[in-house]
Amino acid sequence: MTQTDTTADATTGATTDTTTGTPADPTADPTTAASGGGEGSDGLLAPVPDEDGSPFFAYAARGELRVQCCADCGEPRFPPRPCCPHCQSFDCLWKRMSGRGRIWSYVLPHPPLLPAYAEQAPYNVVLVELADAPRIRLVGNLVATADAALNSVPPERIRIGAPVKAAFHATDGRLTVVRWLLERP
Amino acid sequence: MGATRSTAGATGPTAGAALKDATAIAGIGQTPFAKRLPESEKTLACRAILAALDDAGIAPSEVDAFASYTMEETDEVEVAKAIGAGEVTFFSKVGYGGGGSCATVAHLAAAVATGQASVGVAWRSRKRGSGPRPWTNTRAQLPTPAQWTRPYGLLRPADEIGLLARRYMHEYGATRDHFFNVALACRNRANQNPAAIMYDRPLTREMYMTARWISEPLCLFDNCLETDGALACVVVSAERARDCRQRPVYVHSAAQGLPAQHHGMVNYWNDDPLTGPSWTAARRLWETADFGPQDVDVAQIYDAFTPLIPLSLEGYGFCARGEGAAFTEGGALEIGGRLPLNTGGGGLSEAYVHGFNLITEGVRQLRGTGTAQVPGATTCLVTAGEGVPTSALLLRS
Repeated sequence: MTQTDTTADATTGATTDTTTGTPADPTADPTTAASGGGEGSDGLLAPVPDEDGSPFFAYAARGELRVQCCADCGEPRFPPRPCCPHCQSFDCLWKRMSGRGRIWSYVLPHPPLLPAYAEQAPYNVVLVELADAPRIRLVGNLVATADAALNSVPPERIRIGAPVKAAFHATDGRLTVVRWLLERP
Repeated sequence: MGATRSTAGATGPTAGAALKDATAIAGIGQTPFAKRLPESEKTLACRAILAALDDAGIAPSEVDAFASYTMEETDEVEVAKAIGAGEVTFFSKVGYGGGGSCATVAHLAAAVATGQASVGVAWRSRKRGSGPRPWTNTRAQLPTPAQWTRPYGLLRPADEIGLLARRYMHEYGATRDHFFNVALACRNRANQNPAAIMYDRPLTREMYMTARWISEPLCLFDNCLETDGALACVVVSAERARDCRQRPVYVHSAAQGLPAQHHGMVNYWNDDPLTGPSWTAARRLWETADFGPQDVDVAQIYDAFTPLIPLSLEGYGFCARGEGAAFTEGGALEIGGRLPLNTGGGGLSEAYVHGFNLITEGVRQLRGTGTAQVPGATTCLVTAGEGVPTSALLLRS
């Protein structure tokens, strides 16, 4: 699998990444990002990235939202996987997104839930459609600040179509998840 | 009727026509349903299978094919040994939980129609009522694609379908009253079915609207039951079925559906998440059928959650895209309505056994023995779980 930083993305209009000489390719060693699975100090579950998905979290740790794209045809795809469903190429790159999107849908889970989630219930789970990559939708949480509780935004403030921007929350000091803030808080 | 149709299908020599009415469900069986049953899943499976064979009048030693779900923990080797089956020449398991129900019958029908076996048994035994809740197993799911959803608190199927439901309401103006129409139709039928968990427990609109939330916009009554119980059915050739104890119920058409770029349960990475697996299964299902949605007398549509009904009504062609919610208005899903639904009570109010009770209820309706019988019903659609790779059957008497 080829994973390189992109320098431009005319097709999706994604933020150009001018990073050069990337310090230690964050995707070279998936184990650096795949150390999830435990619980953060808040008791919430940390992701357990697979080999294909771990670059996502490695970039998130640097405060970057990136999506796997085909290195040949340019199509973005999510969740990450070994080859392109459009052209079957095994070469990919991770394009940096602007971090902007809109809420496509949301739910407010109530108990019964796992204990750490029940403590914060009702909280929100949002599905965010990325501005730079239509139809790439990320499951996440709408929060007041990157490290705030899952219920830190009042439900009445949540609506489909609301513009949001990415924020980054370190779950346990090793692994960072993408969360979402209202553009107009 | 029956086997003769398989060689002279009205739709021409399409591949699926070989299956058309070539086989029939000759026997059905079930255990009682309850929140808690003392017996093991294996014991319950054997009871349901033996009841189905007795219903058909076929000896267990004649069984030479088995089909069930990958989530079925009762192994066919153990079942075959326990019930005294003969030599088994076909066995199959279908994945994706509730999406597998109809495919178990479809696989047996294909095996029998092509001469790989002669007497097939499909079954599901499940102790969900007294077992652990599946989301308590979340940690084990994290290394799977659930890594992209579970950590954010999308822990349960209700949360996943809730996201779809919210979007569906937003796009098409569906309301909680539409979901209530679904819950009420199922409950009303369960109130007529002594075997149903909710036999003596009517539902009102006030109860629904004031019920506790599970995952907004879904409340308690939008969710299926948690049930212990087992069911089975026996599939044989159409010719054989005519000599069995019960009136044959022919497998007219069968299909599975896994759409392009599908992602189980959280189909949010598809171009169009509201066009689920039912659309794929439906295309294949109708392609080889002699009749269409307008000719379906009664429907058994997988109802783990109420929003799956409008989505399925659209997918299987009973109405156009976005019209599924409105379809439920005016008593359309009740007995005497446009499309009587889940006449035994369904997963919402009879029992939730991964949808297998929808198959047996379809058979009862076409035998004319339903507890909420649709007068003169001769055609029935049965579907498996929408939202996951699915399957469906068209049955006819």
